[in-house]
Amino acid sequence: MAEHAHAMDEHHYTATGIDNRKLAIWTFIGSECMFFASLIGTYLVYKGRDVIGPKPHAQWLDKAGQLQEQMLEIPLVTFGTALLLFSSFFVVLALSGAQRGNRKQLIGWLIATIFCGVFFVGMQVYEFNHFFHRGMGYTTNLFGSTFYTLTGFHGTHVTLGLVWLVSVLFVALKGDLPPEKSLNLEIAALYWHFVDVVWIVIFPVVYLIR
Amino acid sequence: MDAAAHAEHSHPGWQTYLKIALVLFALTALEVAAYEVVERHSPAAFATLLEPIVVPVLLILSAFKFALVAMFYMHLKMDGKLLSGVFSFSLILAAFIISALMVIFGYLYSHAPTVNQLK
Repeated sequence: MAEHAHAMDEHHYTATGIDNRKLAIWTFIGSECMFFASLIGTYLVYKGRDVIGPKPHAQWLDKAGQLQEQMLEIPLVTFGTALLLFSSFFVVLALSGAQRGNRKQLIGWLIATIFCGVFFVGMQVYEFNHFFHRGMGYTTNLFGSTFYTLTGFHGTHVTLGLVWLVSVLFVALKGDLPPEKSLNLEIAALYWHFVDVVWIVIFPVVYLIR
Repeated sequence: MDAAAHAEHSHPGWQTYLKIALVLFALTALEVAAYEVVERHSPAAFATLLEPIVVPVLLILSAFKFALVAMFYMHLKMDGKLLSGVFSFSLILAAFIISALMVIFGYLYSHAPTVNQLK
């Protein structure tokens, strides 16, 4: 009975019956939807309006008059996308472990999630570096500005999500994430799923639609 | 209170999560396959059929993936209508923002004078 009362104290329920932290993260996610909508909208309105190269989906002439291949590399990004999708699967398994008090499952799947996230950020760093060395800076053309802004903000969100998940991992390793505190991971997981759903939109809009 | 606590812990099992992951993976593979068919124009007959509708196809596949993650991984299907309402409302506003930007810039591109006209 006392344990049950303690568990209830850990949850800060509002008049709606929903924990206030959960309601807060969903409201924050809602505001983030509008933030990314403005970035995606800006990318779309400038799409295909470049006067000079580099071009995302077509060959282009560089300053020396040499013909260059399209900028975007689909296979690498597809692999990164698949890893990000699987990271969402791994984090729900970690949450399931936390809710059932299975510490081994919680830590194992959380590490797998972080590994996928690190690879995704690494993929983006490689991509940005590769594009820069192929002559696409932030101010080179409209595609460069809108591409770096949109995917860069998403990458920043993934990085922040990773910092959050790593901090939760440390708490779990210390043994301070019992089932009654699993909401701490659930909130971090909701943010992680959000960066995943944003990428689900960005991937076709930027990489697959010509 | 108890109902809310119960709802929070009545999430699906790992089998459901695995099925969703595999569907998401398959849908991503379909998206890339649709892109490659149109890009390489091979097989030619299928590419000709797909080319005019590839954008809506990609957007529908993307929307389906989005809904699966939101409903099952983010637990909106199980967590009650208020959270779904908060998220849906923000998605409607987000869609409005994108549409408004496209309409405004579309109008600007078609009606604003060009640099040569201003000279």
